[in-house]
Amino acid sequence: MSHPIVSSAPGAGLLAAHSLACRRGRRLLFRGLDLQLERGSVTWLRGTNGSGKTSLMRILAGLSQPAEGEVTWDGTALRKAGSNAHQAIVYIGHSNALKDDLTLAEAVAFLAVLAGLDEPASRSRAALAHLGLSNRVDAPVRTLSQGQRRRGALARLVLDERPRSWVLDEPFDALDAASVGVLSRMIEANARRQGAVLLTSHQAVQIAGAREFDLEPWRAAS
Amino acid sequence: MNQAAPALRWTTFAAPSRFFALSGRMVPWFWVATLAFAAVGLYIGFFVAPTDHQQGESYRIIFIHVPAAWMSMLIYLVMAFWAAWGWILNARMASMYARALAPTGAMFTFVALWTGALWGKPTWGTWWVWDARLTSEFILLLLYIGYIALTEAIDDVRRAANAGALLALVGAVNIPVIYFSVRWWNTLHQGATISATAAPKMASTMLTAMLLMTLSFWAYSFAVVFTRARAIVLEQESDTDWVRATVLGTKEAKR
Amino acid sequence: MSGLLISVARRDLLLARRRRIEALLPLGFFIVAAGLFPIGVGPEPQMLRQMAPGVVWVCALLAAMLSVTQMFASDHQDGSLEQMLLSSQPLVTVVLGKVLAHWLSSGVPLVLAAPLIGVLFDMRAQAIGYLALTLLLGTPILSLLGAVGAALTLGLRSGAALVFLLVLPLTIPALIFGTGAVGAVDAGLSAQAHLSLLGALLIVTLLGAPVATAAALRISMD
Repeated sequence: MSHPIVSSAPGAGLLAAHSLACRRGRRLLFRGLDLQLERGSVTWLRGTNGSGKTSLMRILAGLSQPAEGEVTWDGTALRKAGSNAHQAIVYIGHSNALKDDLTLAEAVAFLAVLAGLDEPASRSRAALAHLGLSNRVDAPVRTLSQGQRRRGALARLVLDERPRSWVLDEPFDALDAASVGVLSRMIEANARRQGAVLLTSHQAVQIAGAREFDLEPWRAAS
Repeated sequence: MNQAAPALRWTTFAAPSRFFALSGRMVPWFWVATLAFAAVGLYIGFFVAPTDHQQGESYRIIFIHVPAAWMSMLIYLVMAFWAAWGWILNARMASMYARALAPTGAMFTFVALWTGALWGKPTWGTWWVWDARLTSEFILLLLYIGYIALTEAIDDVRRAANAGALLALVGAVNIPVIYFSVRWWNTLHQGATISATAAPKMASTMLTAMLLMTLSFWAYSFAVVFTRARAIVLEQESDTDWVRATVLGTKEAKR
Repeated sequence: MSGLLISVARRDLLLARRRRIEALLPLGFFIVAAGLFPIGVGPEPQMLRQMAPGVVWVCALLAAMLSVTQMFASDHQDGSLEQMLLSSQPLVTVVLGKVLAHWLSSGVPLVLAAPLIGVLFDMRAQAIGYLALTLLLGTPILSLLGAVGAALTLGLRSGAALVFLLVLPLTIPALIFGTGAVGAVDAGLSAQAHLSLLGALLIVTLLGAPVATAAALRISMD
């Protein structure tokens, strides 16, 4: 039985990968990979196309099982870590998870429900306001531009103020310069609160304190 | 066989390479057992067992029909077991066993249905009756076809194996329910129809013949399933060194 | 937990309402398919009355399977399903909410339309009543089993056709008990046993199918 957790539960934990190997089809993409998302860190995941960045992120979020190794949350295996871990990890992939036929406010409110938050409707509007979408909250997602949808997708990062581990795949895609700035500040704020951020980006990342993590050393010879 | 045979432990067949090496030596013996049991079983069934006073000679088809039906049921359960093992414990070889078992199980189901029809024709005059057992066999065939269709439709090997495992488990759990409901349905619509596959009272020679045929089918299953599993191993492990060596070695030997 | 269930169901119903035509296609199929039988086998009332329960039930089975892939297809495409899997909220509850919405939008219309078909087939009033009752108990079973099939065939090209092959054999017990009940009433006997069995089947399916569906979703999204 779960009830909306408001503000007291711990948000920041340690998401870590140990000796991870990832398979795509019959090839191994990488193996023996170790990575820790320290509290307060911002990590820019780098690697060539097809090197397995997205696969790594999906494994870290808990969507896929690795071919070898394991992902831990505060020391326990992610698979067994329970709802606290899932509450504290936010994954945003290439898709926006916004339904075309819902309004922006309704779509983000549903994501708030999935996150176990109370008052989803008002949180949704506040989060969308933060991303400069107040004038479009009641528009069907279908009618929005790519950039607006991406910003709408990012709104779930600011549904509440708890620090979390963010796993973001190409979050800056389709954003204009102003929105890139807004997102960068959001990331810095999460890190300041002792959350952690892992992201990929084709554009240069302008975030204070961001370190790079290159996938190259762990590529498996195919 | 000039290699010292390694000790057989329960994990012996766990590694695909070990399985491949050992099964290659075992398969011919399974074929021998198949033919031997079948020869004796069919001889007793067709020549030694007495004529049934109700059904005459035509009843003798049960020596194929009943063992086939038993095997079809048994193989489904074994398949579900290995599939579940492969899913829950992430064991590749177990999933390959399950995949290899399915076509043989489906074949036995089809044989059971076909021999059931052959039995029905001379005895009751129709090629098909919807009695409880035949109807259940038909549904079992649909379950097999569903499993094969699902595992073939999914490209990713692990997703196919795991999805098949879930489907096989759901099917296995449903089989008692389906069988019960079909028998229920059959009694509702009984009328004057008597079960076309009521076996005659068993003389001991008949029982012996059926058991021997069952053993023959069992050995046959091992032979065929192991052969199929070997092919699956070669296909799914094709990027490993030992498979490359094996395939190259075969090419060398053929030259 | 019930809050999440209602939220998910409400969202799916809202989406169905905004695509009303698509949501009513199974009902249209049901009526057309059932209506073809008298044309195909002849209009003799005695024969129609006898085959009515079976025809209505089989057409309901097929109509239910038509719409079942929609439970997850759209969410799979836009990334919403990923978020449901990653949510800290129980996936089984989300599945139950979706099944409830599917039943309300696809199953209940069939229950309401069945008496109309019953009249076309010259069924007696009491038989029509029992037919509707058996469908009321049976259509949730179809939605529950269909969810398992839809989850297993997620994203496959031949998914829609596969669902028929995978799920229909599993619905045979419901078909037998449902049509048996109506047949019993028509013959002047009690339908008690049939209805009890159908009810028991519903309960068991309600307990088992959502769990199997959640497992199947994780397998398909790995």
